[in-house]
Amino acid sequence: MSFLSYFITGVSLGGIYALIALGYTMVYGIAKMLNFAHGDVIMIGGYIAFVALSSMHTSVFTATVMSIVVCILLGVLIEKIAYRPLRDASPLAILITAIGVSYFLQNVALLIFGSAAKSFTSVVPKIKLNLPVNITGETIVTIIVTIIIAVLLTLFVNRTKSGKAMLAVSEDRGAAQLMGINVNNTISLTFAIGSGLAAVASILLCSTYPQISPYTGAMPGIKAFTAAVFGGIGSIPGAMVGGIVLGIIESLSKAYISSQLSDAIVFAVLILILLIKPTGLFGKKINEKV
Amino acid sequence: MKKILSLALAAALAVTALSGCGKKAEEPQSDNTLVIGGIGPLTGAAATYGNAVKNGATLAVEEINAAGGVNGMMLKLAFEDDEHDAEKSVNAYNTLKDNGMKILMGTVTSVPCVAVADKTKEDNMFQLTPSGSSVECITNDNAFRVCFSDPNQGIASAQYIGANALASKVAVIYNSSDVYSQGIYEKFAQEAAKQNIQIVAAEAFTKDSATDFTVQIQKIKESGAELVFLPIYYQEAALILTQAEKAGLDVVFFGCDGLDGLIDQLGDNAALADGVMLLTPFAADAEDEKTVAFVKAYKDKFGKDTPNQFAADGYDAIYIIKAALEDAGISDASISISDLCDALKTSMTKITVNGVTGQMQWSADGEPTKEPKAMVIENGSYKAK
Repeated sequence: MSFLSYFITGVSLGGIYALIALGYTMVYGIAKMLNFAHGDVIMIGGYIAFVALSSMHTSVFTATVMSIVVCILLGVLIEKIAYRPLRDASPLAILITAIGVSYFLQNVALLIFGSAAKSFTSVVPKIKLNLPVNITGETIVTIIVTIIIAVLLTLFVNRTKSGKAMLAVSEDRGAAQLMGINVNNTISLTFAIGSGLAAVASILLCSTYPQISPYTGAMPGIKAFTAAVFGGIGSIPGAMVGGIVLGIIESLSKAYISSQLSDAIVFAVLILILLIKPTGLFGKKINEKV
Repeated sequence: MKKILSLALAAALAVTALSGCGKKAEEPQSDNTLVIGGIGPLTGAAATYGNAVKNGATLAVEEINAAGGVNGMMLKLAFEDDEHDAEKSVNAYNTLKDNGMKILMGTVTSVPCVAVADKTKEDNMFQLTPSGSSVECITNDNAFRVCFSDPNQGIASAQYIGANALASKVAVIYNSSDVYSQGIYEKFAQEAAKQNIQIVAAEAFTKDSATDFTVQIQKIKESGAELVFLPIYYQEAALILTQAEKAGLDVVFFGCDGLDGLIDQLGDNAALADGVMLLTPFAADAEDEKTVAFVKAYKDKFGKDTPNQFAADGYDAIYIIKAALEDAGISDASISISDLCDALKTSMTKITVNGVTGQMQWSADGEPTKEPKAMVIENGSYKAK
């Protein structure tokens, strides 16, 4: 019985990693860049929801919409100002820029909201289930939302015109442009979707762990990035599975091995998987043609 | 390319050099002003502590100056932010030294304090930390402290739980990446064995995994613990309390001075703090004359915030420095850092200071002797137990 409850804890933790990892993997898959500022977009989304809920006393729905809109604008703006001018620069330059954007956002939040963590009131009403194991409302909502988003994303990418444009850009940017696809708009759209997902993730993250500070997004961001690599970066189901598996490993190693070593174990498993399957669980091996 | 780089570097050098001059020129130094440096986190996760110490110390400095200073010297507090980061703390120390610091009142938190302690030793600068509680903070003979040390808090907590028969089965959640938390936990575990307290679960987390405690809480629930000892800071404690409520863990929570700030942190869930016990040398609702006067002056100056233990530590630290300066008969602020330190070191072991955190005396090892008080949180405020 206790195993089951540790397992469920892991799934709920993993659900949040998966939701954040979807954003990483989308952007990597299409723009071929690691958007290290993703975690901090999440943090900003959390603060927007926090202000909406506790200062403006809006409904949860309005707060969510506000948070999503602000994050989308922020994501598109970041892409336009920081990443687009570097589109043809070396990947290292873009990576450093992304880290810079991440610090910039953290410090802006520090300036505006101060350093002390604010307490965030959960948007999920308290539920009492008569089950032998303890499942919180946040866990259920997180998992349902993550599944819905993964399904919608997969449909969007495979069935719509803009989704197919994304696939084309991810496969070969130059050829896509020759075929008349507007690469810049497609990448902007990717950032918009990724940042919108970040807003949703932020509200669930802050509801599950009811605090928000300028550093809220940093560690979950890194864990989710790990999850995305674990599942095969660029792959939507990979991010989903990677996140949940990572959460379960973390929870079980805390429970049965050592609460001190859990992070070390998580990353050791990551190294093992990458040794055996360098592209991650669901990653596709792309042969470079000469 | 190289030329441009070297030009840029030269320009940067010139700018820093100039800005250094500008800073010095800005600060009007009256003839006999003693600069006391302060270092602590004014931003970052531990900002509550740094700001409280800074406010408390500022209040004390103003009171002393208004009453005519110390032996004819005016005091001046120069406070620098270290964001609870060892490297930034050492930078802050160097900045303060450039600005004429003669005594260091700091640092506020343990990890940076240990790093800065090496520097003050090198310079033989008198150091009094208001709240750096780890053992290593004051191993050097030039360093003293106002608060309890970590081992003392751990031992006192175990003794209190044992003496009052609060629980026989105890669980602990501690931060294994933090010297404060780890230090208290180790001594607590040793003393618990003597008090016939059984530690049924000792769960750790690190600063990188400080948001999710569900697994630890679940293990504690299964262990049958009657009390959870939390030698940690209030931010994690607030998360633990909310997650414990969700998991249906209904036990007594017991902590140390790091829990100060918990009520505000819980926000809408402040009711969860009810019944939490903590050992701390200062309670803002105590009714002795000194505390009442301090709390009133603090609230008048800094608005609605009630001073916490750290504010009291900062306030006391300045008065301790004053007492030591008076005992040593120092009246000339131009005394060298090292001579001042030697004089104050001797005086510290002779003085008795009756501060808002209790009556204190010091031995040469820098530890204060004072009584810890147990507090329990009831309806959002501390009550002496």
